[in-house]
Amino acid sequence: MNEKLNISSSPHVRDKITTNKIMLYVLIGLMPATIFGIYNFRNEHAWILVLVTTFTAVLSEYLYERLMHKPITIGDLSAAVTGLLLALNLPPTLPVWMGALGSVFAIVVVKQLFGGLGQNFMNPALAARCFLLISFTGRMTYFVYDGITGATPLAKLKAGETINTFDMMVGTIRGTIGETSMFAIIIGACFLLLMGVIDLRIPGTYIVTFVIFISIFGGHGFDPQFITAHLCGGGLMLGAWFMATDYVTSPITKTGQILYGICLGLLTGLFRLFGGSAEGVSYAIIISNLLVPLIEKITLPKPFGKGGERV
Amino acid sequence: MNKYTERLYNGLIKENPTFVLMLGMCPTLAVTTSAINGIGMGLSTTVVLILSNMLISMLRKIIPDSVRMPAFIVVVASFVTMVQFLMEGFVPSLYDSLGIYIPLIVVNCIILGRAESYASKNPVLLSVFDGIGMGLGFTIGLTSIGIVRELIGAGKIFGFTVLPTSYEPISIFILAPGAFFVLAMLTAAQNKVKAGKKNKVQKPEESGCSFNCASCGSKMGCKEQED
Repeated sequence: MNEKLNISSSPHVRDKITTNKIMLYVLIGLMPATIFGIYNFRNEHAWILVLVTTFTAVLSEYLYERLMHKPITIGDLSAAVTGLLLALNLPPTLPVWMGALGSVFAIVVVKQLFGGLGQNFMNPALAARCFLLISFTGRMTYFVYDGITGATPLAKLKAGETINTFDMMVGTIRGTIGETSMFAIIIGACFLLLMGVIDLRIPGTYIVTFVIFISIFGGHGFDPQFITAHLCGGGLMLGAWFMATDYVTSPITKTGQILYGICLGLLTGLFRLFGGSAEGVSYAIIISNLLVPLIEKITLPKPFGKGGERV
Repeated sequence: MNKYTERLYNGLIKENPTFVLMLGMCPTLAVTTSAINGIGMGLSTTVVLILSNMLISMLRKIIPDSVRMPAFIVVVASFVTMVQFLMEGFVPSLYDSLGIYIPLIVVNCIILGRAESYASKNPVLLSVFDGIGMGLGFTIGLTSIGIVRELIGAGKIFGFTVLPTSYEPISIFILAPGAFFVLAMLTAAQNKVKAGKKNKVQKPEESGCSFNCASCGSKMGCKEQED
């Protein structure tokens, strides 16, 4: 008689999956992109930035909870995921202290001040990226590859220059640490899909809406090369598979998730084609995060027996 | 503490318009990009507040109750216009950087709030002291927000570079989101300080039962207490 019989009211947990496990899977899913990024930007010593940013995120969660006399939740790995995602969204040349500052902002201001995991109203990693982008615009848009500074492929595409789409798929291009390689991201995303951590609804509608939008308004028609370049360039893949699917900041209803994906695709398309800068994925995701409560409100399912006509 | 210094203490600390009453948020968030802007806005509001409190208190028995709001607005607007012309003439650079927020002092809720809740009911001298207290409280609030924002966002205080040149300014602090961050942090800090003071004294509530049993000092033997 080792196991006690627990008597509790519903809802009852019927699954072995825990926050801890989900976050571990997400970390594993991010590994291909991380390892490729560290290898790709080895001349810029990207590994230091990745380590420091991730470690600071965990440390600031620990310190905040310690100081506020709250239960310490660094064991659920969510802070590590936030820190790693933030690092993957930073250019490899960024000074290390800026990455650490971003982590502190993500964990303390965006996550903990609103009540910790499950309460944050927008994705902490992306909010921190936008915080850094606004604060240090020059540093955050300074991209180097193999020792040569230049524009990212997306910026070149916007300026009308020709680009090599094969390099963009492999990832040997300028960009942030984790966003460059589409292959590495897709490998990680497939792992998450197989483990059932994410499903196709949000990323699928996001990508399809975005492709339709740029085919109509991109000025190139349905040009496979133009579309591939847009899909592989910038943070779209990383954002669609790993950040738009964040449980806390995406809708819980199935129709809501589809609406959310459409919203993301439209906003990203708008920002990329008509906005001032070449990239807009992070702003698209955090704006859609803010729309999530409204989306959930209009897609609330009816309980059995409610609504319909009365006879 | 006599009643005049009590008015000053009330405006500066106990009911500080920026950090406690949360009044006049529009200029607070918009103009505090630098310490000098904060102090300029605070002082011009103080001048208008003192003068309007004085005049409204003088006229409090003449103004009919039903038209008091338009009457207050006319009084405040006249003083704002004077201040605006004076600033344009003598401190044109400050006038330019404050821009639309000077005419907007007319509808600043601190000024109307003090007129409605204090000056229209109290004698002249007390109203003047109330205006001084509230105005200086507002000035201190705005200046401290301005100092923090300018220091972090530009590495300067009152235009003088204080941080070493190797410091890279976090420019979000002199943009709109920074105003919210700094206001929230300073408000939280002063709440923390005040809460610390309150805990030491442990006074039972004097103002009667507010039906907030969880934070009530006299829990025992209270007949209103919820079971």
